[in-house]
Amino acid sequence: MKTLKDARVGQTVTVVKLHGEGAVRRRIMDMGITKNVEIYIRKVAPLGDPMELNVRGYELSLRKADAEMVEII
Amino acid sequence: MQYKIALAGNPNSGKTTLFNILTGSNQYVGNWPGVTVERKEGALKGHTDVIIQDLPGIYSLSPYTPEEMVTRKYLVTDHPDAILNIVDGTNIERNLYLTTQLIELGYPVVVAVNMIDLVRRRGDNIDLEKLSKAMGCVCVEISALKGEGCTEAAEKAVELAKYHTHTERPHVFNGSVEHALAHIEESIEGKVDGNYLRWYAIKLFERDDLVRKEVGLDDGLIRHLEQHIRDCEREMDDDAESIIADQRYTYIGNVMAKAVKKKAGKHAMTLSDHIDRIVTDRILAIPIFALVMFLMYAIAMGNFPWSIGTMGTDWANDVLFGEWIPGLMDKLLTNLGVSGWVYGLVMDGIVAGVGAVLGFVPQILVLSLLLSILEDVGYMSRVAFIMDRVLRKFGLSGKSIIPMLVATGCGVPGILASRTIEQENDRRITVMTTGFIPCGAKMPIIGLFAGAVFGNSPLVAVSAFFIGIGAVVTSGVILKKFKTFSGKPAPFVMELPAYHMPSGRNVLRSTAERGWDFVKRALTIVLISSIVLWGLQSYGFVDGKLAAVENANASLLAELGSVLAWLFYPLGWMGDMAWKATVATFTGLIAKEEVVMTFGTLYNFAGELSESGNEIWAMVAADFGPVRAYSFMIFQLLCAPCFAAMGAIKREMNSAKWTVGTIAYMCGFAYAISLIVYQIGGLFTGEAGFGVFTVLALVVLAVLVYLIFRKGAAEKTLEKV
Repeated sequence: MKTLKDARVGQTVTVVKLHGEGAVRRRIMDMGITKNVEIYIRKVAPLGDPMELNVRGYELSLRKADAEMVEII
Repeated sequence: MQYKIALAGNPNSGKTTLFNILTGSNQYVGNWPGVTVERKEGALKGHTDVIIQDLPGIYSLSPYTPEEMVTRKYLVTDHPDAILNIVDGTNIERNLYLTTQLIELGYPVVVAVNMIDLVRRRGDNIDLEKLSKAMGCVCVEISALKGEGCTEAAEKAVELAKYHTHTERPHVFNGSVEHALAHIEESIEGKVDGNYLRWYAIKLFERDDLVRKEVGLDDGLIRHLEQHIRDCEREMDDDAESIIADQRYTYIGNVMAKAVKKKAGKHAMTLSDHIDRIVTDRILAIPIFALVMFLMYAIAMGNFPWSIGTMGTDWANDVLFGEWIPGLMDKLLTNLGVSGWVYGLVMDGIVAGVGAVLGFVPQILVLSLLLSILEDVGYMSRVAFIMDRVLRKFGLSGKSIIPMLVATGCGVPGILASRTIEQENDRRITVMTTGFIPCGAKMPIIGLFAGAVFGNSPLVAVSAFFIGIGAVVTSGVILKKFKTFSGKPAPFVMELPAYHMPSGRNVLRSTAERGWDFVKRALTIVLISSIVLWGLQSYGFVDGKLAAVENANASLLAELGSVLAWLFYPLGWMGDMAWKATVATFTGLIAKEEVVMTFGTLYNFAGELSESGNEIWAMVAADFGPVRAYSFMIFQLLCAPCFAAMGAIKREMNSAKWTVGTIAYMCGFAYAISLIVYQIGGLFTGEAGFGVFTVLALVVLAVLVYLIFRKGAAEKTLEKV
């Protein structure tokens, strides 16, 4: 399974499914990361974490540990 | 008849700016019951019968953050007459997600599409008529920053409230979800407020715990509903929560296709993106952050020709509270012919005590101003983005770095700066630890011991900073393992809002609020404590009778110091210096530099004492061996902060329990470290012999190590799962 954590900077990926449960997962969905949405990986923070994504026309930052919940192709 | 309009919207949508325009200076600021979420309301300008209730900035009505819970509770129990939903026009897709949830509640909704000037400048177009139709509510355009269309938007909401205009709610969900919702509605009809039937049905479909508890369904009914939810989940091949979120965004996608025309391509770089390329660049980000912090610090607290904060504070200390006010009060009191003790109380107690604290106001105003600008521009979220990796290891948020840095100047604005941290646990740990950072007022203490005992070694000051940072880090690690802080994991899923021009009105308002807050504290808590300490210092028992004393060594404070000195015996405060050290610790609560001034008084030095007190160095050196001096200094650096900072802690914690807990934690931590340093360090240098307290110090050290390395409550629950 490929997750958002493995995506490289500059790539555009499509979300397949969200794994996990609870508050973090719900927050990720509320912020617009849902099935079939396209995500552009903008950059990774200077110290290697979190990552900055462009989703639904705005910039979102997400820790790699949480990005692991997002399955992509 | 009074109308209540609820103002709702995403964070960074311009909600605060709009609220300030709508209500002007006519605001009431408080807290939502039970949480540290600010609550603001105010009458709509020109309409005394319309109250605008500002709701916290939220992305969704999910049941997780305190802000979301407060908003939900307000919307279903306080029955506003209409909702004014502010939406960022440049980021309309995600903003409308909240709108789809607000319209489910059945209130008349006005959607105010904000930043319309930016939308136009980008060459984009939003068709309001189509948007209104698709969302089932009235949509208008505004620019809160320029003040365009704001009043009209609010008046539109009032109009809808007056005539109870209801519009057809759009069908956001597809057939099988609507089918399940219909079943749920049918089953709970009569059990919930009929007006919110659909909202409750959707929440129950999502298996929302808060609503499940609130409605109090019996097991049979829950099983029955679960059957419908499961059927739907099987059909859609996804879980209920995802289905709902998915379909909301799908619906918005369709609305966007109809009503929003974007000129630029999907991933086109905006100006904000170009700025961010540099500001959060891999290599440049940290130097830029350091530069910004340096400038902020230098302007507010530095010693440069352009350090306006320092200039203001110097003027306040030397001229305003140094000459003008004492001179004025002196004339006034002399003319009134008051008795000696009144004169002493006013001049030495009140003017000196309150003045010492009020002198910081210019620096605090400048710092708050700069902080508000950074916040309003959108730089704070970048700071969190850059620093998150380091700070979350210690149970802190990326944003905790700001309070810590500001606290190197003064702890009060530092603690107040923790306001920008959204996650409650992170904010609490930040407030609890910010006071450990050595502030400007602690510098004289460091100077005194460095000079008197350590031959002016600069290493003493450097080590003081490392002790402060070490105390923050170890406390972070220790505290976050406690159950209280291990609750729900704080999601760090953070928007990086587009940079925008700061709103002068917002910046000035928040600066004035913080400044006024500090002044209020100086006039209450500091005033009272100054009077009490003055009384204790100027009176004593002479021949068994209470009388004014000239020599501080005979004062009540000295006596109190002697009575309480045993408390500090394990820290090596013994013999004649014990009571002096104890007294200095108490006077340090007014302002930390008082510690040095008190030593000056108690060592009977009569003249004007220099800042680091070189005149008394010889006497201090005679009383303090190196280990004892160092351990005493550590205690002063880490123990309870000054009264002004305690007030700031109280304000940010908004709870007596947490305030007392914080102060007790700081004192306990200071005592523990000081004890370990004195007893174990003293054993090596021969300053302290082996005894009961050596054993105690070893035990405390062991406990500390255990607290640092034990498994936290969060890890334990993870293992159980």
